[in-house]
Amino acid sequence: MEQALTQAVDFLGEAGRWSFTDPSGIPYRIIEHLLLTLAAMIVATLVALPPAVWLAHHHRAEALASAIVNIGRAIPSFGLIILFWLVASRQGVSSNYALVAALVALAIPPIFTNAYTGVAEVDRATVEAAKGQGLTDRQVLFEVELPLGTEVILAGIRIAMVQVIATVGIGAIVYNGGGLGRFIIDGFATGPSGYGEVLVGAILLAALVLAAEAVFSLAQRRLLPSGLQSDHPGQTTEIVVA
Amino acid sequence: MSAATDVLHTLLAPMPAPLVGQERPLVDWEWIADNVPLIWDATLEHIVLTVVSVAIGMAVSLLLTLAALRWRRLYGGILAVGGVLYSIPSLAAFAFLVPIFGIGPAAAVIALSTYTVLILVRNIMTGLDGVSPDTIEAARGQGYTERQIVLGVQLPLALPVMMAGLRVATVTVIGLVTVTSLIGQGGLGQLILTGVRLLPPLPVMIVVGTVLSVVLAVAFDLSLVGLTRILTPWTARERRS
Repeated sequence: MEQALTQAVDFLGEAGRWSFTDPSGIPYRIIEHLLLTLAAMIVATLVALPPAVWLAHHHRAEALASAIVNIGRAIPSFGLIILFWLVASRQGVSSNYALVAALVALAIPPIFTNAYTGVAEVDRATVEAAKGQGLTDRQVLFEVELPLGTEVILAGIRIAMVQVIATVGIGAIVYNGGGLGRFIIDGFATGPSGYGEVLVGAILLAALVLAAEAVFSLAQRRLLPSGLQSDHPGQTTEIVVA
Repeated sequence: MSAATDVLHTLLAPMPAPLVGQERPLVDWEWIADNVPLIWDATLEHIVLTVVSVAIGMAVSLLLTLAALRWRRLYGGILAVGGVLYSIPSLAAFAFLVPIFGIGPAAAVIALSTYTVLILVRNIMTGLDGVSPDTIEAARGQGYTERQIVLGVQLPLALPVMMAGLRVATVTVIGLVTVTSLIGQGGLGQLILTGVRLLPPLPVMIVVGTVLSVVLAVAFDLSLVGLTRILTPWTARERRS
């Protein structure tokens, strides 16, 4: 352990380690990590959110929502990332697109399921009352169901984000990229003399996830009207690890 | 900002596709037939890692829950710490533990069982809290001691919720075991990783490893559903109605 710490300090002092433009730089890898995460999250949200909200609004395909999260949990992200890389490279598709596609596939289940649950489980009486007051179908969705479901929907997006950040790192096994996972995978490949690099990568990756979660909840608390926030955030949280 | 665009340019640059193992089929029955013992060993290792990690996680969770029942204030703390540990990517968790425990099953099992604790503690507690106060009062009236109430009344009635937690924990661990291939364990993950690292890569190993991992997750999930029904025969009536 002590040796690993010394190695870690040495590693941090190496040339180019603090470069934004050199692939061996920590800032470079952090930016890469965040860009891959952002790309996957935007695509996954665009793909998963509208159908989930629409289906939930019409109370259709209820079994689908729970099936999707169960399937998502059963598929190992490790295998999925590598499988996407394999298939893409056989087709000659650029591998960064394959990595983003795999991340999108992993992010869809929690986003879909929470969006569905958030909208579908808005109190029926509230929805009936809104209809009784003459709100159109559209208004019920946008002015009642979506606002009341926001917290659960956002929880799904946060879970997906945590999972995507974690999985980008695993991507370093088969991709040149992989953000901070690069240091962990390269360190492991070096053997015991690479444990310093492994440790640095691990601390940075863990810190990145925790920081992203903190920023997410802070933004949520600042931007969301207080009436839409529950006293116990986190209780709505579905659990996923990658 | 220009740094970000630099990285973006590199990310978007068309990478020369390696055209991995194009001449080798994704599903190669001949390879599978020739390597049944290898696949079987990997599956067994996967099962052992899963069962050991979940069992340790369950034991720790039961102890933590019993402690939290006595000192209620502990519960919030356990959930908070558990939540933070839970967010830590498995790759980072294994990477933390390897410099301490070296490459081996210890680092894998410690990380894997840690991941189960949050789910299990939360579900055990929710299950225990879900037992109606009337039932507990009735037990007390019949002369049950506090210990007997927890063990003889609350625990059995909490079983369905506890088992639901056990299912999530087990399925999660089965997926995570594949990642431990990076620290020399991995069960079916070892097939996947070997498939990648062979020169040229062997697609069938990647497919077999991933598919069997999913099969294992579904099999364990269904077995636990069955076990729950056997352990809680009184819920059969509710299910029918």
